[in-house]
Formats: sequence, C-alpha cells, structure tokens
Amino acid sequence: MSLPKEYDDLPGTVVFDFDRARQGYHLNMFCMSLMKPENRAAFKANERAYLDKWPMTEEQKQSVLKRDWNGMLALGGNIYFTSKIAATDGLSFQQIAAIMTGSTQEQYAQMMLKGGRPVAGNRSKSEWKNRG
Amino acid sequence: MARIVAGVAASHIPAVGAAWDNGKAGEPYWRPVFEGFERSKEWIAKLKPDVCIVVYNDHASAFSLEIIPTFAIGCAAEFPIADEGWGPRPVPPVKGHPELATHIVQSVVLDEFDLTVVNKMEVDHGLTVPLTLMFGQPKEWPCPVIPISVNVVVYPVPTGHRCYMLGRAIRKAVESFDKNLRVVIFGTGGMSHQLQGPRAGLINREFDTRFLDNLTRDPQSLVKISHFEYLRETGSEGIEMVMWLIMRGALDDEVREVRRFYHVPASNTALGHIILENTRR
Repeated sequence: MSLPKEYDDLPGTVVFDFDRARQGYHLNMFCMSLMKPENRAAFKANERAYLDKWPMTEEQKQSVLKRDWNGMLALGGNIYFTSKIAATDGLSFQQIAAIMTGSTQEQYAQMMLKGGRPVAGNRSKSEWKNRG
Repeated sequence: MARIVAGVAASHIPAVGAAWDNGKAGEPYWRPVFEGFERSKEWIAKLKPDVCIVVYNDHASAFSLEIIPTFAIGCAAEFPIADEGWGPRPVPPVKGHPELATHIVQSVVLDEFDLTVVNKMEVDHGLTVPLTLMFGQPKEWPCPVIPISVNVVVYPVPTGHRCYMLGRAIRKAVESFDKNLRVVIFGTGGMSHQLQGPRAGLINREFDTRFLDNLTRDPQSLVKISHFEYLRETGSEGIEMVMWLIMRGALDDEVREVRRFYHVPASNTALGHIILENTRR
C-alpha cells in the first residue's frame, strides 16, 4: 500500500518525498561530500574516479557527469544537494534553474524580472500537454 | 517571566546573503531588497530583544539524509557557520542560549512536541540570511539565537496546523521561564518559489499577499492550507511558509502588523517580510 501522491500531477516538478530520498540516498550523500574543499578538489581532479567511490547507480553517475540537472532529480536527487555540484562548478542557483527550465539565462532572468512564472496554466500536467 | 513580544518573518534566499557578502547590496538589482529592510533594522535596534528564536530549515548543511529530524532545537552555546559549497559566509558565529533552549525542550516535550535536541550544529543561510537582513553586519550578533530547524526538504513536511500548535507550545514554554527576557521569534523561508525542474521560477503574488494579510486577519485560514495547495499554488519550495506558522502560533491571537515588504524577484524567489507585534506589551 502506498499513500496517494496527488502531487505527481504537478507539471515540471519532482516532489522529493521519502521514497525518492531512499532512491537518491547515495547520490545526495555524494553531493553532501562537496561541502568540504578537499573533496571539491578531488572531485574536480577526476570526477569519474570520485563518483566511483560512492555506491550510486551508473545512471545516477552519468547524470552527474553530464550535469543533467533534471535527470538527477528524476533519479532521486534533491535540489539542495545537487546545488552543491553547481556551487562546485561556480554556478548560481538561478543559473541551474534556467538550465532546468530549458531557457537561456537571459530568458529566465527576464521572466523573473517580469514577476516570475505565473501559476495559471502551470497547475496540472494536463495543462502542459500541448506544449511543444 | 520571559515574554515573546514580536514575530518577524523573512525569506532566507541564499543569493541575498551572497549579494551582501560580496558588496553588491548597492547594485540596482539588490538595492530595493536591502532598502526594504531599513526600517525593520531600525525597529529591531530599538526593540533590543534579549533572545531571538529563529525557525528555519537546514539545506543539506547540518543534516544530510543520514538524520532527518522533523523538528530540532539547537541547545549549544555556539553554532558555527556552515560551508555550503562556496566557503562559510563571512558572518559572526551564532551564539545560543542553552538555558532557555533547554527549558523550551522540557516544556514542549511535556506538551507532546518531541523536539530533537541538537548540541552540535552548523547553521546555514536559512538562519543567517534573515539575521543579516535584520541586523546588517555587526562584529557579533546583538543577542543570543535559539535555532529551531524544521524539515521542509523531504516531503511530507509537518502540517501547517502542527507548526502553529508548536508555536503555541513554544509561547507557553517561554512564558514559564523565570527570567525577564524579551524574545522575538523569526519564521523564515518562502514565499512562493520553485527552485527545481521545468516549472522553476513559479511565483504567486496573489497567494502571497493573501497569506500576509491573513497573518493578522485570519490566521486560522492559513493553518488549514493543505500541502498540495502549497505545492501547486506556491511552487515546490513555497511550502516553507509552514515555518511562518510556528512564528504566528507563538504570538497572541491579537497582533498588529507594523511592517510589511514584498519584492519579486530575489533570484528565483518572491521575497516576503512582515513584522507582527503582540498588542499587549
């Protein structure tokens, strides 16, 4: 038996629940290790070798190597953890947010300056069906 | 007797801390944000609270996925500043108030709120950015701070009702502390924002405005907001607003709004700020 997850209908959103936290445990713990400068240096020196120290799935490792930010979330990553990879890369939260939305930095920054993404039309997956 | 005299709510956007720390507070993008807090800084400098209780959430700094307390309270004498991936913020370490914190634990556990006691903890932008907004850049923070950390990272987070009732229990605890202390409670995080996925950038000014209005007008309506409504209407990270309800629950039923500020955008987020004073002072 599982609890109903009506939030799975939210478009473009991965709600990081305890099931996903279990799936992404090692991915997120790898991200957590990047809080230490010596670990950031080791990761930058050889990303693959550093990732191989963690019992993550190959898919999770590939998502990190490719900086597939949405892919990491789909595989159990959480944004507060994956943002530590971004910090290691010298990217801001807004920069990775832009990438995840598929916009350029300029487009995303402009959208935010104009008041952000409206909630109308963004409440249900059914509203996103006709998007290109 | 100790008393909670006022509540402060403020977003805790990391980019705001970074802008301050890197000397960008005067730039056109950030200036309105810091100007929005000028009068609030004057207000708190005049009030001179003896202790601040700061309700915030940790962002994978002190708590990884190894231990995920729904509610935790910092009882240490000092809380170092966390390195969140780009070095610790250049702000003073946060001094605690172990005596009052320990008293709160004992009182609220007997009131059926089983807080996790944390005697060693680093604090991240969730706690330090609101301090910067309210106190600027002092050599030392002007008063001890009791951190109360809430899990809003892994879903389900505690309900708004639970948070509100915890606030009530904290108020009762503070009022049974036998020293004359004037306490301000902070609720941090929010307002509407989504940091992740293709829906990132969501902002809902109408929801946020109603939320700010109802902190004085009809707090009980806020307590009833469901998790799904927060997620759908305010973005996946907007649900942090449940932490404001701990602050609200810790205040009297009758409060007066003395300050409000709302600004879009601060990075990905709608920055919200309000100050509420208990009317009996």
